Amino acid sequence: MTRFPCPAMARTTTKHSAPARKARPAHKPKPRQSKPAKISPALIAAHGLTAEEYQRILALIGREPSITELGIFSAMWNEHCSYKSSKIHLRTLPTKAPWVIQGPGENAGVIDIGDGLAVVFKMESHNHPSYIEPYQGAATGVGGILRDVFTMGARPIACLNALSFGAPIHPQTRHLLAGVVAGIGGYGNSFGVPTVGGCVRFHTRYDGNCLVNAMAVGLARNNRIFYAAASGVDMPIVYLGSKTGRDGIHGATMASAEFGDATEEKRPTVQVGDPFAEKLLLEACLEIMAKECVIAIQDMGAAGLTCSAVEMGAKGGLGVTLDLDAVPCRESGMSAYEMMLSESQERMLMVLKPEKEHEAEAIFRKWGLDFAVVGKTTPTKRFIVRHRGKVMVDLPIKELGDEAPVYDRPHTEAPPKPVLTTADVAPPVATADALLRLIGAPDLCSRRWVWEQYDHIILGNTVQRPGGDAAVVRVDDGPKALALTTDVTPRYCEADPFEGGKQAVAEAWRNLTAVGARPLALTDNLNFGNPERPEIMGQLVGAIHGIADACEALEFPVVSGNVSLYNETNGRAILPTPTIGGVGLIDDFTKSATLAFKRESEAILLIGDTAGWLGQSLYLREICEREEGAPPPVDLAAERKNGDFVRALIAEGIASAVHDVSDGGLLPAIAEMAMASGIGAELDHPPMAAHAFWFGEDQGRYVLTVEAGVAETVIARARGADVPARQLGLTGGDALTLEGERPILVAKLRERFEGWLPAYMAGQTP
Amino acid sequence: MKSTVVVFPGINRERDMARALTLISGQAPAMVWHADTVLPAGTDLVVVPGGFSYGDYLRCGAIAARAPIMDAVRSHAGRGGLVLGVCNGFQILCEAGLLPGVLMRNTALKFICRDVYLRVERSDTPFTRGYNAGQVICVPMAHGEGNYIADKDTITRLEGEGRVLFRYTAPHSPLDLSWTGNGAINAIAGVLNENGNVLGLMPHPENHVEAALGTTDGRGLFAGLADHFKQAA
Repeated sequence: MTRFPCPAMARTTTKHSAPARKARPAHKPKPRQSKPAKISPALIAAHGLTAEEYQRILALIGREPSITELGIFSAMWNEHCSYKSSKIHLRTLPTKAPWVIQGPGENAGVIDIGDGLAVVFKMESHNHPSYIEPYQGAATGVGGILRDVFTMGARPIACLNALSFGAPIHPQTRHLLAGVVAGIGGYGNSFGVPTVGGCVRFHTRYDGNCLVNAMAVGLARNNRIFYAAASGVDMPIVYLGSKTGRDGIHGATMASAEFGDATEEKRPTVQVGDPFAEKLLLEACLEIMAKECVIAIQDMGAAGLTCSAVEMGAKGGLGVTLDLDAVPCRESGMSAYEMMLSESQERMLMVLKPEKEHEAEAIFRKWGLDFAVVGKTTPTKRFIVRHRGKVMVDLPIKELGDEAPVYDRPHTEAPPKPVLTTADVAPPVATADALLRLIGAPDLCSRRWVWEQYDHIILGNTVQRPGGDAAVVRVDDGPKALALTTDVTPRYCEADPFEGGKQAVAEAWRNLTAVGARPLALTDNLNFGNPERPEIMGQLVGAIHGIADACEALEFPVVSGNVSLYNETNGRAILPTPTIGGVGLIDDFTKSATLAFKRESEAILLIGDTAGWLGQSLYLREICEREEGAPPPVDLAAERKNGDFVRALIAEGIASAVHDVSDGGLLPAIAEMAMASGIGAELDHPPMAAHAFWFGEDQGRYVLTVEAGVAETVIARARGADVPARQLGLTGGDALTLEGERPILVAKLRERFEGWLPAYMAGQTP
Repeated sequence: MKSTVVVFPGINRERDMARALTLISGQAPAMVWHADTVLPAGTDLVVVPGGFSYGDYLRCGAIAARAPIMDAVRSHAGRGGLVLGVCNGFQILCEAGLLPGVLMRNTALKFICRDVYLRVERSDTPFTRGYNAGQVICVPMAHGEGNYIADKDTITRLEGEGRVLFRYTAPHSPLDLSWTGNGAINAIAGVLNENGNVLGLMPHPENHVEAALGTTDGRGLFAGLADHFKQAA
């Protein structure tokens, strides 16, 4: 039996056992807030605040804070909520384009896709919770990002994710992978949104910190976007959704600290998800929004009631008064401290038009959800919280958010890695053997075991399912469609954060292009180690610069994002992992390209320049067992030219199959096209050392097929556009045939490709 | 064909179902809420769609089977009206006593979403008249609990009375029933009630009705039903 005999039980058992009850002893210092609190240095440290930050609090409010106030500062000033280490660098990212309606700073980014429609999307990490409790951590990660999207008035139409796990041989990897995938599926499937794409990788540097980055994409009318800023004085602030319990207290503070050996003890800080409640919340919110009841809306995510109330007031230039006696609670006897810091899921805060209060309440009652007026907006710019007749919190609201510390932390750049030449890498095995090993390697093999646990077809608009370069999801009844992808190559980022940052953006752009989409905008999820270490901060800064350069060159702005730092265990950091979630637009979904070969005897063309770059390649790691060298550089001008050329060929119906060349290089890309169709290929002799040509990871490349008769014309046209192009061979047969090598049966490739993950999860390998 | 789709809180494939019904029958279905007590007058076909009614808490379909609207559905079925339950809808109809048997967790103990192949066992019912007997169709499944089981006598009766309408089969080999994806007994994917007017089906024909999104093998079910009511009229 698995740990959770059935999904329903998994949710209920966890909900009613450990987390909720265990939370109390962990946060003993709460009860008597009304007395002057004794704020000791240990208490300050336990709240994740430094001595300097505490001094700043004293200066700001001119007195010792109450324990509840200290908790609130802790919640607002932690890394997760304040972006204090990354803020000054994030400001350098390009965020504008004519089609951008809302850039970073709101619940999610918003872009215009024409026809009066807007796409709302964002990616967010739930790394720390998922490591502690994989099912609930991942599930609530999905729940949180879905709320961010429908809070803005959008109906979610797709989810994606990007997952990083430790080495396959690490004893926890199976447990984490199984739990995270079940959690993502458990939430998304029940909520009713298709999970259409993502990426999964393994590396020993994630042994103590898995990464779970979840992305949600929604659709809204472009003139009906809802924001967090409150407006108007004396407006009712309404609490909606599930009741508040003791789960997830201090989750955001936990997510801003490193792990040690006692990580298990942090389980009470993980929230518990209820996708059923979220589905009801979605329907109720969209109904209330359609009835013009809402002035402002903010979901209760990290730091719950505190963060949502402060943001609504601060963004609107208003004060907020909350009455905690009105907050619907799941448990009795909760203190102000607990209520303000609970991260119970599936909750929202809204400022309603007073005349619409009853109409809104009726809608929420119909959906069986809690609805309570818990406060009002005030002109004072103070954040005041009352509980049992006493004022527990009285703080300046702007300063809570705006005066959060901002750090320009010292950062050092790692010395550049040497560029490996072909001569530095001797081919230990024949090309065919190398291909079979690569295609069955943990980082390259099929992810079917994962995505078959996600409902990827619900809503009936999934044009391209997982397994291609990008998912394609039709917009309403079409003909428009969105292309969606998540990408990053952490081993490149580790070797050279700047080039790695560029490459992550370029690869997302390339994947969207490969299905025929015009890339419009991206969301970034920056996962790094401890920023207080200059070399880690150097990685963050380098990656952000790389991302910025690529965004600029490719006209592919950042519209939302999330930063996750302190991904370290016992001082060992993860690989720098700036995940990019890209969104592109296809004018007519029937013209999108797929990677499967379509017919026999078509010409196979390679677009883009090949130098045979083996540094940091999967070939080097998997076949030569070396992780070395500089990663392949990205020539952004060439990237754009090559991509624009390929997109035009797709739009004109000339390219019959298209696939981008990424991890593993050219031959694995061709093998994937063959496996997707069952049609083999006959390939010409390579123009350089075979292993460099077939397995080098040069950037900005695509493989595509065209009718053999037009191959010459297409190559000439490429030349005219200053785009490198060459013919590699012809499709046909049931094997990949390389000159001078034994043929590799497509069926054999499939067996290797599909084999590893199910066997691994069944405990048969390694 | 006047169809009515029953919506419980947590149901999430009602839009997919409504789209398929509209596309194929040319008439949008009425949507009724779980708290309602009557079906729209003149309802020909009641559809209980897929999803996670009431979060699938307690047991799949158990709470929905006791919702206020279900009395109206039971009366409709009692009068010989057609009822179709898909996925969670199948589970609900079993829990409501309208169909025999129960759907347990998939043998792999995982939710599975993939295209499956179904052999249509009979074409002489209102639900399958759009297909030929023995025809193999490709439609997706998306469930964690589709492992159909009933006591031995019930299964013998179901088989004897020809009430198994759909069976899982290997992709290109309609006689190979070894593959079910969920462990269902006799590879049962869809069963009929005793009177032949209530069908429960685990996979989702409503998700395969447009060529641009895969096969159109799901159309036959809805086209057959529409045809049935057109001829009756």
